[in-house]
Amino acid sequence: MSEWWTYRLHDFLLFSPRVYWRVFELHNEAVWPLQILTMAAGVAILILLVRPRPRSHKIISFLMAMLWIWVAWSFLWNRYASINWAAPYVVPAFLIEAALFLWVGCYRGTLRFPGPGTRRAVGLGVVVYAVFVHPLVALFAGRPIEAAEVFGIAPDPTAIATLGLAVLVPRLGVGWFLVVIPALWCIASAVTLYALEAADGWIPLAAAGVAFGYQTWPRNVIKRPAH
Amino acid sequence: MVNDGPTRRDVMAAAAAITSAALAPGMETQAQDQSPLLRSIPSTMERIPAIGLGSWITFNVGNDDVLRDECAAVMAAFFDAGGRVIDSSPMYGSSQAVIGHGLDKLNRPSQLFAADKVWTSSGSQGPAQIEQSRRLWDVPRLDLLQVHNLLAWESHLKTLFDMKASGNVRYVGITTSEGRRHDLLEDIMRTQPLDFVQLTYNIDDRDVEERILRLARDRSIGVIVNRPFQQGALTRRLEGTPLPEWAGEIGATTWAQFILKFILGHPDITVVIPATTRVDHVRENLAAGSGPLPDEAMRSRMIAYVQDL
Repeated sequence: MSEWWTYRLHDFLLFSPRVYWRVFELHNEAVWPLQILTMAAGVAILILLVRPRPRSHKIISFLMAMLWIWVAWSFLWNRYASINWAAPYVVPAFLIEAALFLWVGCYRGTLRFPGPGTRRAVGLGVVVYAVFVHPLVALFAGRPIEAAEVFGIAPDPTAIATLGLAVLVPRLGVGWFLVVIPALWCIASAVTLYALEAADGWIPLAAAGVAFGYQTWPRNVIKRPAH
Repeated sequence: MVNDGPTRRDVMAAAAAITSAALAPGMETQAQDQSPLLRSIPSTMERIPAIGLGSWITFNVGNDDVLRDECAAVMAAFFDAGGRVIDSSPMYGSSQAVIGHGLDKLNRPSQLFAADKVWTSSGSQGPAQIEQSRRLWDVPRLDLLQVHNLLAWESHLKTLFDMKASGNVRYVGITTSEGRRHDLLEDIMRTQPLDFVQLTYNIDDRDVEERILRLARDRSIGVIVNRPFQQGALTRRLEGTPLPEWAGEIGATTWAQFILKFILGHPDITVVIPATTRVDHVRENLAAGSGPLPDEAMRSRMIAYVQDL
């Protein structure tokens, strides 16, 4: 693209705010009552994080992988692509995220979420927010609850919950995929919301910032867990 | 291809212009108050309504049946008011399909002037994209095809001129917006036998007046104006301010009409394509073609007034 510096954010906007939020409304209507199942999956993940069992980490990874695949196919591919021709190009990234959850979390079993110290409170807090609070943002922003972004149905809360899980992992290693792909999505979402002049655009950005900050902050500042 | 002297096309256009001037003196005609303002396409002197309908953002409503029907209602009001030119692009998401849906609901209005674009960096993919666009509109052929934002313009223009020669499109053009790449735009206008150029022009963005619009006149190229309201930013900026009393002298009752009349007051503008999602707005836009248009002195007054706000 030539003269790229002359483009403003609004020049890349393909749709109006009304159309964007109606996409969520129509999607929620189309997949109802699947929201109950995905919310239940969110609750199950939280229970497994709070009261871990021998195979908790594998179950969590499996559930998250299924939700990333589902959101990629049902929302990005079948719904959002109808107003945003760029959406299908994001689908492979979501599928890679799901594949990494299955590979690292389920097959290799090396992804664990101990969440020691303050990480535990922050990480669990972010997941709780994604599952229970984020759907209510629609109401606070003056949109109908029918347009709520539900965990496991819409990409933002699914990505935010993944970032919460990333906070719970003290040394990510290969688990950096928990941060990179969800954070990139959250940045893209924040940019879209900013262009739409939506007041809640800072939320996905803040989630990405928290996860990235916890993984890059100098380790001597964050209290190490007692052994 | 460089055209220095008058071509057969120039001679035909001049002859048609003389004939047209003899039949209907003046820059434009309005037989009755309710008839749409007409302008001539310089290359053929075909008369088309000067106020068209854009579809950027407004018609990208996806598979939403409610919003698709709202767009069809906008199109119905547009055709009812005498409108003909609808403009779209493969870049505009679902807009082409939504236009096709609207045309279907309206029983395929025969007066439609379908203006679309080719938008792909690959010249070889141009024909397939154009055919896909035609299918989405569901029309036998598109009236005007333009190279969107000058993307791969050399290969696409060759395709479009070939299509025109074989009767698969009636007019060929190029587009830009927001004042981008005007040097290249000028080069293409000087060297290619274009029918149309599409660009941004409004009371705030007047860079094209000095060179591009003059060149368009000299080369008998029609001018389509996009983003007349700066994607709504201009009307939003002005809406809190009352119209000047003298706006009544040109029959403008709203800021939208004030802005459109300013644009259409320029003699080298062929069509302006405001986009909207509202039936009342499309009627308001079409009504801007009624009544007198501003002369040069009035246009200067309009510019000064808006600049002082």
